[in-house]
This record gives sequence, structure tokens and C-alpha cells, in this order.
Amino acid sequence: MRRHLISAADLTREDALLILDTADELARVSERSIKKLPTLRGRTVVNLFFEDSTRTRISFEAAAKRLSADVINFSAKGSSVSKGESLKDTALTLEAMGADAVVIRHSASGAPHRLSNWVRGSVVNAGDGTHEHPTQALLDAFTMRRRLGSLEGRCVTIVGDILHSRVARSNVLLLSTLGAKVTLVAPPTLLPVAVDSWPCEVSYDFDEVLPKTDVVMMLRVQRERMNAAYFPTEREYSRRYGLDRERLARMPQDAIVMHPGPMIRGMEIAAEVADSARSTIVEQVANGVTVRMAVLYLLLGGSEPAIGKETE
Amino acid sequence: MSEAGAGRSSGEILIKGARILGGEPQDILLKDGRIAGIGSGLAGSPGAEVVDAANLIALPGLVDLHTHLREPGREDAETVASGTAAAALGGYTVVHAMANTSPVADTAGVVEQVWRLGRQAGHCDVQPVGAVTVGLNGTHLAELGAMADSAAGVRVFSDDGRCVSDAVLMRRALEYVKAFDGVVAQHAQEPRLTEGAQLNEGRMSAELGLAGWPAVAEEAIIARDCLLAAHVGSRLHVCHVSTAGSVEIVRWAKSKGWQVTCEVTPHHLILTDELAASYDPIYKVNPPLRTADDVRALREALADGTIDAVATDHAPHPVEDKETEWAAAAMGMIGLETALSVVQHAMVDTGLLDWAGVADRMAYRPAVIGRLDGHSESPGQPLRVGAPASLTLYDPSVSRPVDPGEMASKSRNTPYAGMVLPGRVVATFLRGRPTVLDGKLTGPVSGAETGESSK
Repeated sequence: MRRHLISAADLTREDALLILDTADELARVSERSIKKLPTLRGRTVVNLFFEDSTRTRISFEAAAKRLSADVINFSAKGSSVSKGESLKDTALTLEAMGADAVVIRHSASGAPHRLSNWVRGSVVNAGDGTHEHPTQALLDAFTMRRRLGSLEGRCVTIVGDILHSRVARSNVLLLSTLGAKVTLVAPPTLLPVAVDSWPCEVSYDFDEVLPKTDVVMMLRVQRERMNAAYFPTEREYSRRYGLDRERLARMPQDAIVMHPGPMIRGMEIAAEVADSARSTIVEQVANGVTVRMAVLYLLLGGSEPAIGKETE
Repeated sequence: MSEAGAGRSSGEILIKGARILGGEPQDILLKDGRIAGIGSGLAGSPGAEVVDAANLIALPGLVDLHTHLREPGREDAETVASGTAAAALGGYTVVHAMANTSPVADTAGVVEQVWRLGRQAGHCDVQPVGAVTVGLNGTHLAELGAMADSAAGVRVFSDDGRCVSDAVLMRRALEYVKAFDGVVAQHAQEPRLTEGAQLNEGRMSAELGLAGWPAVAEEAIIARDCLLAAHVGSRLHVCHVSTAGSVEIVRWAKSKGWQVTCEVTPHHLILTDELAASYDPIYKVNPPLRTADDVRALREALADGTIDAVATDHAPHPVEDKETEWAAAAMGMIGLETALSVVQHAMVDTGLLDWAGVADRMAYRPAVIGRLDGHSESPGQPLRVGAPASLTLYDPSVSRPVDPGEMASKSRNTPYAGMVLPGRVVATFLRGRPTVLDGKLTGPVSGAETGESSK
């Protein structure tokens, strides 16, 4: 594996399977009463969050702590960053403190890539602008695998604001690496112009792809898109691209419903669908910790076994 | 070839064995600011200084239509003195200084100040570009006539950095500058289509999650402006065309006989949007780097004359404005000191353009577009007896890795650092006076130059 995890494209099929298999092992730890492993004792993980994201931050924090790493949370709000300090100077500060890994969330696409030029430790992308969110894709793949088994040949439909979604980019790359067939569904305005160069299919018609969908992943549509003429009204969007009970009924019996959160109930997903047994939304959150443990372990621990013999 | 120092002896300089536009070796005698003789075995008067130009190509002094000198306002990035030093080292004898300074060059006072700073520095002529609209705000015409009538004699007007997007205002500007044979140089960028735009809209912008800058935003404005220029019978110049579609539109407009000219930057002839994969904002520029297909179309259009000029869009920025996240970084790259090498690499070494073609696209035609050709002292004229002795000696046989640390520009934002580029400017002469010899500045020039200025 590479030193950093910035894009899902950084992962070969072998890398991705290694992470998922490691996460499977680590999941067993989560079922114990004492969840902590000594693996990363003495290592420092910095959570560098330039964007508010409590969910992702605590997920990484829990993952690092369960591996016994020291965790420093660096929130840009109220820090020197909000007073105009550059990303480079922040990076040099972290470097001076001896961070072994920096988990970065940033509103600018490519910020983790830039950061990796300035720090010696591993950089983990926890979401950058409209670029990527690779650990989200890994936890999604992990969740799918637990429910459906191998992803080879499985049909995954991702619905919503693809253009601005880092989750969609990472999932398209990772799922195609793992052999799944991905179809993106969105109004043409919310697809990138060059989407035909991506390793996936594209459809404007949600109903057409439902019957052959094993996994449907609903993405949030941000309210600010409403005023930018991407679609006429919230109601029209919801009618054409929302997942309601009728659409759920037209999917295969064992198909699952995913959402990376936060969701807008009643907009892209009906409340009864989000809460149904076929929804994996809560599982995804739990799996997030496990998968991030696997990522931190493999980037920082590497050669030693994730779970020491003495803990077995 | 180092015997000719600045301002020593008779002022007569005999250049021995230069290949004018790549032709057979000839001697060129410079005297009293003019070319006094061209031929074999020329002899100057006893005091004449001799410059050995064996194997060097003589080109007319280059003319840049598009330079950001940053002074007044951003002297941390560039000054008139440092920018014109860079220009001379790149073989330039005239630069057109863009108006987006602080304060904006939208009054006679500011353009005259910039023009005077250029004369004081003495490395090359500085021909200020006047803003089309007050403060570049795109709402009210600046006093174009006052700038035209000023000592700076402005003939090129541009809101460069911003597009004159209001169709009525653009029409009026095109019409108004006819009164003094001016030209509007349009930065073609439809603003609504490029809100927050970061990178050419296409495969790379989709992959990198950077807001797209679609080709159509440039092409739609060029098409509109060509039609407007035709309608009112005015001259239009299009800055930095960057797409295959743009050159198609300009080719069509020219086929109609309309007075449309355009320029291309060196970087759009050689770099593509693939470079953004590093997220290094050294490659962030406006208009953005485009695709390999666009590069091919631009080279062909420059070769066939659809594109009239190579213009650097030299855009200096301090390090801290580039060592950032991509979206936060300033747009632009420096180019004066590498332009001729890039053109050799992209156009001459590929067989698309000969040295006469280079002279045409980098000196004659830019001089005509800027209306310098009407002034007997102005550089950018063909090298013949009686013409102003403004020329560049260039060695196309050497190559070198580009070292930003060696540059005269105050800024270091070159996209070519470490890249091996061919050619080297050996000497530059401005009205008979060497500004560069042996690839080095002849030194700071104190006070206004002695020769008569262009205007």
C-alpha cells in the first residue's frame, strides 16, 4: 500500500481487499467488552478538520483510540487557521509536533494532496471539497460485502448530486476496482460533463435501473443547489430521483439501501425507507470505525499483525 | 562577444555573422539607434564595438502584447524595472503593460506613470494598456480618449483579468476607440458560466473535483464580439485564445474579412490540464490549461496565421499566493524569460513555423496590432537598413533546464522549472543600445534613455 490514502484510485484490488479483510478481523474486536488494541501505542494521529464534520471526526477518533494511538484534534475554527495561517504553515506545525498520521477534512479539492508534500507522516483524506472521500467508499464496500458477499458483478446504483459528491467519486473508483457494476443516476445537470470517462454507467431514469439494482446508494442534495437552476423544484427532484416505498418495492428482494448521511428525509429518501430493515444506514456508521481502524493500522502499523497473539 | 559594453565609445556596434531570420550569415551595423548596414564583410568606423554572432539567429526585437508588471500596487510580485529586465532577457524590446494594477490604469495619470517608469528602467519600451471600464468594473467606460492622447499614447484597451461581458458596453467600446485607431483586447470569459471556475471543464475537472471552466465560456464571448466588431466596423483583438473552438471562430471571422486578431500564450502551446493532477497551483492560470487536442489546434492556428501573435500573459505572483490549496491560489504564470524557448520547442523544432514566422508572430504583427508600426522609432519592425536597431540575437542550438532562481522576474511562478527547453537569448538591442549581452543584463540603466522614445 502507498504511504497515503488520498484517492480511492490509490488502491489496487489487492490493497482494497486487504483493508476490507483487515476490517473483518478488527470487527471481531468491536464485539468484545474491551475494544482496545495496543497496536498503535506511542503513535500520534492528528485529526485536522477544516470543515465541520462531527460524524467523520469522531469516527476517526474512535478508530485511532481503539488502536491505542494518541489523538490530537485540530479544528480550524478558532485556531490560527481562521486568522489566516496557510495550510503549509499548519502542516509544518504538525510536522514539528511529530504527527505519524494526519487525517484531513478540507473544503478545497486537493488539500490532502498538497498537505502530503509538506509532512512526512501518512495523510488520510477524510473528504476534500468535491473530490474524494475514500474511507467512506471503503466503509460502504465493507457494508455491502457483509450483507451481500463478494461485490464481483453486483449492480450498485448511486443516485443524487454526483457533480458535487466526493462520496460518489470515491465509490465509483473503489467499487469498479472491486468488480462491481456502478450506475450513476441523476438529472443531467448534476453529472460532470466528462462523466463518460468514468468506469461506470449513467442513467437519467431511476425507475429503469431499479429492477437490476443490488445496492442503491442515495446521496444528499444540498439545499444551496436549489437556487442554482440544477433542477426546478425540490418536489420535482423528489418525484424523479427520490427513493420512496414504491420504488423500493420494485427492487430485488435482497437489495439494500445505503446513505452516507446526513440525509434529508422526504427529499432524496422517504423516512420509512430510511428506517426499513433493508436500510444499512446505521450499520454504515458502525462500520466506519472498523474500516478506519484498518486504514490507520495498515498505513502506520504495517507489518505486525493487527491483533496481537496475546489478545486472542 | 563581450566587447560591446553599454554606452562605451562611438555607440556604433558591428554584429558579425548573424543569421537574420535564420538565413545566411551577415554583418549588421548599428549606428545612431538605427540599422546602418547589412551585408558581408561590413566594416564599422574604428571605434565600433564588435559583437561576434556566429551561429546566432537575429530576430527583430520581440513585442509582447500582454504583460502584467504589477506596478503600481503589487510591487512584491513585480515592478516595472524587474518585469522589463525579465522582458529584455527574453528578447523583448516592447511590452504592453496590462491595466489591472492598483490603482487600475484607467486614467491618463496612471498610464503616464507606468510609461515613465518604463523609460526610467530602460530595459525595454513599456506601452501601457488602458482599462476599458472604470476600475475594471464593467459598468462605465474609462476615459479612453484621455489615455490615447496622453504621453503614453495608449492604443490597446483591455479589462484583462475580467471580461467586458455587457454586450452594449462592449459595442460602445469597440465603436469609441475607432476615433483614435485603438483596439479593444477582450479577455473572453462569460462570467456566469465560470463562477468559481478552477480548471478546464472536462475529464480532469471531473476527476479532480474542481469546478469546471468550460471552453464554451470563452468561445461564446469570442463569437459575440466578432459579430459586434463586424457590425460596427471596428477592430477586435482577442487575448489568450485557448481552445480549438476559439480558433475556429476566429478563422471564420477572418474569412469574412472582419478586423479580428488574436493571441496565444506560450503555455497554452505546450501544457495541458493533465498537469493539474498534482493539484500544484503553479499550473493554475486563466484561461485554464486545456487538452492536448486544443494544444494541437492552437499550434496549427499559429502556424497558419489564424492566431496573429504569441503573447506571454506574464503574470507574476509571490510564493505564498501559489503555495496553497488549488482553489485558494492566484491564477497565472510568468513567461517573459521562457517565451522564445517555448515557441522554438513547440513551433520551430516541430517544423510548424520558421524563424521568419516567429518574427512575424512575436514582433511584426503584435507591433501592428498595438499600432506601434506608425512610429519610426518603435521596435518590432523588419530588420532592414534604416529601421530602428532593435533586435535580438538568439542561439537555438543550446538547451538548458529552466532554473527559476536565475530569473530576473521578482516572482518564481514558472511552470517550466526543471524542464529542459531549447535556445538562449544572447543579446537584445533597443534602438542600438544593448540591454542584454552574453545573456546578461547590461546593468541597471539610470535615468531616461538617451534615444528618442517611440512616442
